Amino acid sequence: MKTKANFFQLLLILIGSAIVFNSCKPKGPADVAMGDAASKVYVAPGKYDEFYNFVSGGFNGQMSVYGIPSGRLFRIIPAFSVNPESGYGFSEETKPMLNTSHGFVPWDDLHHPALSTTKGEHDGRWVFGNANNTPRVARISLKTFRTEEIIELPNSGGNHSSPFITENTEYVVAGTRFSVPMGNKDVPISSYKENFKGSISFIKVDPQTGRLSIAFQLRTPGFNYDLSRAGKGPSHGWFFFSCYNTEQAYTLLEVNASQKDKDFIMAVNWKKAEEYLAQGKGKKEKTRYAHNVYDEKTHSATSTIEEEVTILDVLELPDIVYFIPCPKSPHGCDVDPSGEYIVGSGKLAAVMPVFSFSKIQAAIANKDYESDFSGIPVLKYESALHGEVKKPGLGPLHTEFDEKGNAYTSFFVSSEIVKWNVKTLEVLDRVPTYYSIGHLSVPGGPTAKPHGKYVIAYNKITKDRYLPTGPELTQSAQLYDISGDKMRLLLDFPTTGEPHYAEAIPASLVQPNSVKFYKIEENQHPYAAKGEGQARVERKGNQVHVYMTAIRSHLTPDNIEGVKVGDEVYFHVTNLEQDWDVPHGFAIRGATNAEILIMPGETQTLKYKPEATGVIPFYCTDFCSALHQEMSGYLRVSPAGSNTPLKFSTGVIESPSPGAGR
Amino acid sequence: MKNLTPLSRLLIALSTLLMVAAYFVPLWQILMWAPQYPEGLEMKIWINNITGDVKIISALNHYIGMRHIEVSMFPEFQYMIYIVGALIGVGLVTSFINRRSMVVIYTVLIVACGIGALVDFYMWGYDYGHNLDPTAPIVVPGMSYQPPLIGTKQLLNFTAFSGPDIGGWIFMAAGLLAVGTLGYEFYLSRKKS
Repeated sequence: MKTKANFFQLLLILIGSAIVFNSCKPKGPADVAMGDAASKVYVAPGKYDEFYNFVSGGFNGQMSVYGIPSGRLFRIIPAFSVNPESGYGFSEETKPMLNTSHGFVPWDDLHHPALSTTKGEHDGRWVFGNANNTPRVARISLKTFRTEEIIELPNSGGNHSSPFITENTEYVVAGTRFSVPMGNKDVPISSYKENFKGSISFIKVDPQTGRLSIAFQLRTPGFNYDLSRAGKGPSHGWFFFSCYNTEQAYTLLEVNASQKDKDFIMAVNWKKAEEYLAQGKGKKEKTRYAHNVYDEKTHSATSTIEEEVTILDVLELPDIVYFIPCPKSPHGCDVDPSGEYIVGSGKLAAVMPVFSFSKIQAAIANKDYESDFSGIPVLKYESALHGEVKKPGLGPLHTEFDEKGNAYTSFFVSSEIVKWNVKTLEVLDRVPTYYSIGHLSVPGGPTAKPHGKYVIAYNKITKDRYLPTGPELTQSAQLYDISGDKMRLLLDFPTTGEPHYAEAIPASLVQPNSVKFYKIEENQHPYAAKGEGQARVERKGNQVHVYMTAIRSHLTPDNIEGVKVGDEVYFHVTNLEQDWDVPHGFAIRGATNAEILIMPGETQTLKYKPEATGVIPFYCTDFCSALHQEMSGYLRVSPAGSNTPLKFSTGVIESPSPGAGR
Repeated sequence: MKNLTPLSRLLIALSTLLMVAAYFVPLWQILMWAPQYPEGLEMKIWINNITGDVKIISALNHYIGMRHIEVSMFPEFQYMIYIVGALIGVGLVTSFINRRSMVVIYTVLIVACGIGALVDFYMWGYDYGHNLDPTAPIVVPGMSYQPPLIGTKQLLNFTAFSGPDIGGWIFMAAGLLAVGTLGYEFYLSRKKS
């Protein structure tokens, strides 16, 4: 009896200690949003979100638009990638948008959105985006949510430190990630130190039209330019770029570019560069780059190949560029709202340096240099330093700011957001992200006037956070409440493409300007039919131009005969509607391109080459009305050389046979 | 011939001046809502024009065979400016020549014009709502689409409202002033006799 009791006692102790032991094991990332999180992100049906979130699509080459706090996806704006859904890159009008010096490029990698600013604050006019692979910058209108302009960047390879903008959107900069030989020269890769150069393009933005032009390019030493931010307030007139691979490695960079204790933050005095430019110190060089502009009145893009760029060589022109040592391959290089502090995030570093603009100025004035790099002064680290954030986390990447003097830094390796005070450099709070956060975004976070309230994490890995979809999983963002002392996770939301970076802007700055439709009387498209009376078909050699109109619920003309095999048929479809949210679509059987979507008042063109005879149906693809299914027509294709007369009609019953027509 | 009190003359002058507003603000409005048009569509009737979402309303109405609304459909727009002008003229004469009988004439005219306008509008609405294209895509047997004269009416998926706009209300105020003045003068004459 007694042994039995002892045995039970032993068993109980065993079970008890097992429970205690297990509860001591580290917890998995099972933490869920707490308390009233659901009500904080709930936007009731028919109500609007407080912020627009412009999220880059990374490798999908597009820009997506989400609502915050709900995380709902509203729209995907095609920028650098074709979009068969709308016809972007397929319609005759939009094909020139994707033209480059290499010809038509249907894809790119869009990493960073940048919202235009006035006096350092968001103004809701445009959002810019960069093409990483074939270097370009796009400007998207926040009235139409369409890409209006794309400019290519010569002498660049990997347009990564882009598109960051100056306080009043004077310039959009585009720094090359990969240094390359200038002028596409054929040289040995091993001649990197000798032949490879960096290029920082300053793209001027017309304050009224937004039109882009490359004002000048800084020719800089050959290494990698990663990210950048403009100065603001007192530091307006300066730009800061993070640089890595100052080792100038050209192979196995993960080892060879990680050797030095410190790389650089490059401080650029662009006002000085402007002075040199005005003095005619720039050198004009022959080159080739495409400049593509979409005209809202002709509803068409034009592509121009520019052949000259002005170079300012920072090795020859002193006082434009200074280097500030920054630990271990800096990635993020972020300027606080006051413009005084510059945060360098060495992605392999144990501390995070915060530099002071006034100290940098003093160091330059006192020539407080520790050395030079190819003749460019390198400031003393301590002379430029405001202080270091100690033990912040592992793998710091990017920093944004709130309106209360706090900074929020993402840590890729330790997968967390760390909140710290910009002045005292004291770490205040940390929250995990799921998983491996890259960029983060606070509404207005990179501007002089942050709106705070939320920080959004854009993660690189989702693993077990959503229902699995095979080896390729959804990408995601996470929304955190930062209104209190502690950050609180509110919401996970999946995203399209790779949500690389994003900016959030109060809806009130964008919503009232949103265009509802294009005015038909302002349509200057050369092939527009601004009324059914103008609808017609014209033949010019083997080109057949169909001036077609679309209005609920018919296409005019909807019977077309006299087209022959070998012809090129251009369907120029004008949407005659003058009402909100009544697009029409157009598709024809066997077209080897895509459909087109035509907004009210707009004209778009689909090219079609019939390869065989027959009667080919076409129809409206956008469910427009109760009689949408009736919105269709036929194209008769006759053999090449036949003499079927060209004719077209709508609503004409020629020879009523039993059961046909009325 | 009885003279008017200074107050009555002032009231008639005021009534007359109010009617000048008819040239500058819409007189009548038709508002429509549907599930697809939560923001509503509006049509404003002026003394010689129609404004608002007329094209959109016409485009929608073609499904049920209603005609496109055009300014030329309304011969009234040609002469309404003169009728109101004449009314204003009579009003000014009334307050000027100072005869009680003129108040009677002015009041009868203004009330008659109001009633006449409503009758005319009803007749147009009847024709517009009943005289449908027989080949229209949507023909609902027995259904007609006459807009309400005043008030709200459900027409298929649309809720239609019809009622006075600013000008209409001002016109009514002008009429009420005339009727009130007449009543006041009547009261005075009975008190004296």
